[in-house]
Amino acid sequence: MTILVIAEHDNKVVAPATLNTVAAAAKIGGDIHVLVAGQNVGAVAEAAAKIAGVSKVLVADNAAYAHQLPENVAPLVAELGAGYSHILAAATSNGKNILPRVAAQLDVDQISEIISVESADTFKRPIYAGNAIATVQSNAAVKVITVRATGFDPVAAEGGSAAVEAVAAAHDAGTSSFVGEELAKSDRPELTAAKIVVSGGRGMQNGDNFKHLYALADKLGAAVGASRAAVDAGFVPNDMQVGQTGKIVAPQLYIAVGISGAIQHLAGMKDSKVIVAINKDEEAPIFQVADYGLVADLFEAIPELEKLV
Amino acid sequence: MKVLVAVKRVVDYNVKVRVKADNSGVDLANVKMSMNPFCEIAVEEAVRLKEKGVATEIVVVSIGPSTAQEQLRTALALGADRAILVESAEDLTSLAVAKLLKAVVDKEQPQLVILGKQAIDSDNNQTGQMLAALSGYGQGTFASKVEVSGDSVAVTREIDGGAQTVSLKLPAIVTTDLRLNEPRYASLPNIMKAKKKPLEVLTPDALGVSTASTNKTLKVEAPAARSAGIKVKSVAELVEKLKNEAKVL
Repeated sequence: MTILVIAEHDNKVVAPATLNTVAAAAKIGGDIHVLVAGQNVGAVAEAAAKIAGVSKVLVADNAAYAHQLPENVAPLVAELGAGYSHILAAATSNGKNILPRVAAQLDVDQISEIISVESADTFKRPIYAGNAIATVQSNAAVKVITVRATGFDPVAAEGGSAAVEAVAAAHDAGTSSFVGEELAKSDRPELTAAKIVVSGGRGMQNGDNFKHLYALADKLGAAVGASRAAVDAGFVPNDMQVGQTGKIVAPQLYIAVGISGAIQHLAGMKDSKVIVAINKDEEAPIFQVADYGLVADLFEAIPELEKLV
Repeated sequence: MKVLVAVKRVVDYNVKVRVKADNSGVDLANVKMSMNPFCEIAVEEAVRLKEKGVATEIVVVSIGPSTAQEQLRTALALGADRAILVESAEDLTSLAVAKLLKAVVDKEQPQLVILGKQAIDSDNNQTGQMLAALSGYGQGTFASKVEVSGDSVAVTREIDGGAQTVSLKLPAIVTTDLRLNEPRYASLPNIMKAKKKPLEVLTPDALGVSTASTNKTLKVEAPAARSAGIKVKSVAELVEKLKNEAKVL
């Protein structure tokens, strides 16, 4: 059994979600190969070769793969992956974009966002916004799977010494091209990898008030998230959204401020170890999942909390 | 330009679902069903393209039980011109649905196919990508902006770090994210008019598509319940608990 893991990267560094995906591969068992597809990805390949448990790194360095366009990357993965028992990618926006295309090319069903490995062919995944957990078995020759990073503790980024092998295959479908991108700038830890997350909702009232959460987050070394209500109201950019349709987080501590706790929001954070809710409505559903709830006006509680931590 | 929109009948997003006692699935008997929220956004985008004079005809397609006709009628009331139901009582996987949609695409030859990014029941987020692979078209997933110009479409996509814009040759596949638009409500006169619009019913057999699957759901369970929490009286007590009891600070 040999497993192919698709590395998540930005042509410069390996994204942390790759380490969680390798951890899932290790649970399945067998040789683990990592594919690094991109442009000028020498440094990424080197880093991937050091990941604990990886035995081989395949490097497809080509201008066609520079922006991870699925029309070009999926045929590469399908071609390389046909000989593997499993193809795994992190359930990031890239992984979700590319892998179903690979599965269809291989004519197999995909299993999305697994949270645990029961055996080499059986996996658990949440459905209905995390309100039910399905156990799914695949009899596909190649099992194509995306991995929810928060379901698996990452493997060590150092300690491995895998062989690096260049892949010549170049696929350019010519149906799509990259125009540009606009990335949100932030010095705080990445939302999905942070140990502490402070999130604000509609109760923040406006975007300016998020400065209170930023101050608290900076003191705690935390990332700042938001509910869909806060994003839709234009308080913060959409890449901060936590929930079924946004990011899935499972930090040590999740502090929900002014968030009512709709099903769709809970789907993104209810696996956090400790949940704190600060809300002035004591009937808010968020208190049903919170380990510690504080019924208070957030504009008084947050500055006080910032002073005390 | 002809636009094809795929819609799915799912449990209403406000319903808190319950897992069946025998762990065979979730209990959908007597539960309110609706159009998947992302599919509503897909229909809305198609209607806006028609209002801008970009689209000339909107065909809406659903795959599922005969009751999915309700969701097709909703789409017709929102502005779609005609509907196709591929009737199947089985629980189909994303790949099977993609294959059926591919057969409909071959038949209808749309220039643009719009789907939701994921259905809120299976949470798969696969069908649009799979349809793109099977048809060989470019894909613009998680779209927050769609602009058709000539024989290409510029799609701004929501990605983990922000937004990305790609240009796709038509025909192409687009899947909608939440922020693409704000879907409208169907007016009563339009609901009445929608009853007269054409709705064609097909079967997987008639389309020559096998819906066999490589996946099998063994069981469905309720997620582990969180143990009941406590309410604290002050910020000081909260900090004390987090430091000494939960040990997370």
